Amino acid sequence: MPRLTIDDLKKIKEQHKATFAVREGGYRAKVTVHMGTCGIAAGARTIMTALMDEMAKADVKDVIVTTSGCAGLCSREPMATVEIAGGPPVKYVELNEKKIKEIFDEHILKGNVVEKYAMVVGSETTY
Amino acid sequence: MGRFRANLMVCAGSGCVATKSLKVKEAFEKELKKRGLENEIDVVLTGCNGFCAQGPIITVHPDEIFYEKIQVEDVPYLVEEHFVKGRPVEKFMYKEPTGKLTIPSMHEIPFFKHQVLRVLRNKGIIDPEKIEDYITRDGYLASAKAVTEMTPREIIEVVKDSGIRGRGGAGFPTGVKWESCARMVSDRKYMCCNGDEGDPGAFMDRSIMEADPHAVIEGMIIGAKAIGASKGYIYVRAEYPLAVHRLQLAIDAATEAGLLGKNILDSGFDFDLEIYQGAGAFVCGESTALMFSIEGRRGMPRLTPPRSTESGLWGKPTVLNNVETLAAIPQIILNGADWFKSLGTEKSTGTKVFSLTGAINNTGLVEVPMGMTIRQIIYDIGGGVPGARRGRKFKAVQMGGPSGGCIPESLIDTPVTFEDIQKTGAIMGSGGMVFMDNTNCMVGMAKFFLEFTTDESCGKCPPCRVGTKIMLDKLNDLAEGRGKEGDIEILEELSYDIIEGSLCGLGQSAPNPVLTTIQYFRDEYESHIKDKWCKVGVCRKLTTFFINEKVCTGCGACMRACPSKAIIGEKKKPHRIIQEVCIQCRTCYDTCRFKSIIIGPADYKGDPMALLEE
Repeated sequence: MPRLTIDDLKKIKEQHKATFAVREGGYRAKVTVHMGTCGIAAGARTIMTALMDEMAKADVKDVIVTTSGCAGLCSREPMATVEIAGGPPVKYVELNEKKIKEIFDEHILKGNVVEKYAMVVGSETTY
Repeated sequence: MGRFRANLMVCAGSGCVATKSLKVKEAFEKELKKRGLENEIDVVLTGCNGFCAQGPIITVHPDEIFYEKIQVEDVPYLVEEHFVKGRPVEKFMYKEPTGKLTIPSMHEIPFFKHQVLRVLRNKGIIDPEKIEDYITRDGYLASAKAVTEMTPREIIEVVKDSGIRGRGGAGFPTGVKWESCARMVSDRKYMCCNGDEGDPGAFMDRSIMEADPHAVIEGMIIGAKAIGASKGYIYVRAEYPLAVHRLQLAIDAATEAGLLGKNILDSGFDFDLEIYQGAGAFVCGESTALMFSIEGRRGMPRLTPPRSTESGLWGKPTVLNNVETLAAIPQIILNGADWFKSLGTEKSTGTKVFSLTGAINNTGLVEVPMGMTIRQIIYDIGGGVPGARRGRKFKAVQMGGPSGGCIPESLIDTPVTFEDIQKTGAIMGSGGMVFMDNTNCMVGMAKFFLEFTTDESCGKCPPCRVGTKIMLDKLNDLAEGRGKEGDIEILEELSYDIIEGSLCGLGQSAPNPVLTTIQYFRDEYESHIKDKWCKVGVCRKLTTFFINEKVCTGCGACMRACPSKAIIGEKKKPHRIIQEVCIQCRTCYDTCRFKSIIIGPADYKGDPMALLEE
């Protein structure tokens, strides 16, 4: 590593921010790709890969991606749930690469729910 | 892809490394590669997570799932379930010691929930071997500010105002120490770090050095600027190889980046740092002895004054601070004195790191605001005493290691601050807490700690060298049935003489475990002397074991466990102990689930049931 200046310290912090958003929990949006057996069979892996690609391209640092199991609607997989901090979760169904890219641009980056692909807002009562 | 969606943090503190966390890390990397997930999931080694009892510890972010005791064999299944299918695996998650409820997230586990992390803020989040990780967590911003923008006077004012007191044991205000050294005029001054942690049951400093070595270094740079030192030493015992390794990596990385060494951040300020490995003598944790040791001389304390801040290493003004104190400094500089004071009490500000060991469910490392009560630490964070269902109860906690004292159950609501702990006769010490339950003998406990100080006494002052040995002999007499009337008084008198007649903290505090156990558990000493009876059955020569025939179910557990086959009896009928064969090992007592073992005094010939009524 070359000799650093105080500005370099801040730059390094900026560069690694995304990694630390994942670890510290200080994120703005969270995308859950449903990867149960049904999801995987329907192509959830392509959705995940496409999403990760988009994130790297757009260089967003405050979005995290996680996986979960079957959401109970196996017939409409692949599915993903998008949560913007402070807002209710939105479930998207029957996704493909093109759709997830659109959702990424519109919902995750700009904050507008993509109604045509969305199935439901909110989540079930769990207790 | 260039971006990881999840970080898998593998604890690589000494505790988890001992339970093979490095092998587990390799297994994860192999398995993730096999599944084609190596570019999606990042495996990161971290410093001590604090929850050492449950190691190896694995934390998955961003899900914040906390897995415990993960073995190499568990890895393929865990990867398939959690990372391929997205189903966190419940059976590997942390379970509450008191119930069967599985709690998945770190923020919901009481052990973590009640803690406030300042000094340990980076534990489990950064890779201690990567300087970039530390920098991302605002690392070196404080030292940059101190070196380029602040005057020594300003630094000292902030530190003084924060009220931080030395975390090594004595609790001397850090700002005052720095100020008195800064005032000295000298061609050379030294800034040193005391990492010679040697109390049995203490591992706070070790964990800090392993988990966040840069924080210690940054604290030292700030201190060096404040006092005007250009050279520093970190004194670490050679028994801490991982701490030495990570500190050295950190020093090298910081020096290469121009954050340490010559002309730091082009400010014209120089500070060179070197590690000095100690050979592990307890007395070398004493400041003057430590400095002699660095000089290459025999580690023996000298008379003070002059204090080290006036004449320390090689006769030059020297500041010696504890690891934890130094690790707290950068945050004080960045966030200000008021932020630091916002936690804790008026005279004991901020947070304190403690290591919990002994009869406690959650053995490990914790950081809590000063002023939290001992009760909260035991029950809210420590998860209580193991074996509560079998009648195990909290009895006492030894604070401050062999130099400290024990605090009994009756004082459980004592707030943990420098002043309040001192009032009980114990000391804050560096933060080791050894818990004892109702199966621990307090005479035996005092004996254990005195054995340690007798061994570690450097021998310079006869009251300490000879006195501790005489006290130890007396305690051995007590434990083996040779105790006499008046022994307690002799122990007390000797204690005061040793305290009076010793130069350094080792001798001045060595009698503390004896004095406090006499103060709070005098009845136990008396029953050892008068009745030849160790009621908890630890001192073998002062016990006779019986089976309560009314309670015994004849399950045979004790019979199977007895190493000398001294127990006889038929199934489902009360058993009996043959006294001639019994070796008083207490195995039957520890094994019995029906509390049917009665412990009587030495050579007791009477009716064992009479003992119960007492």
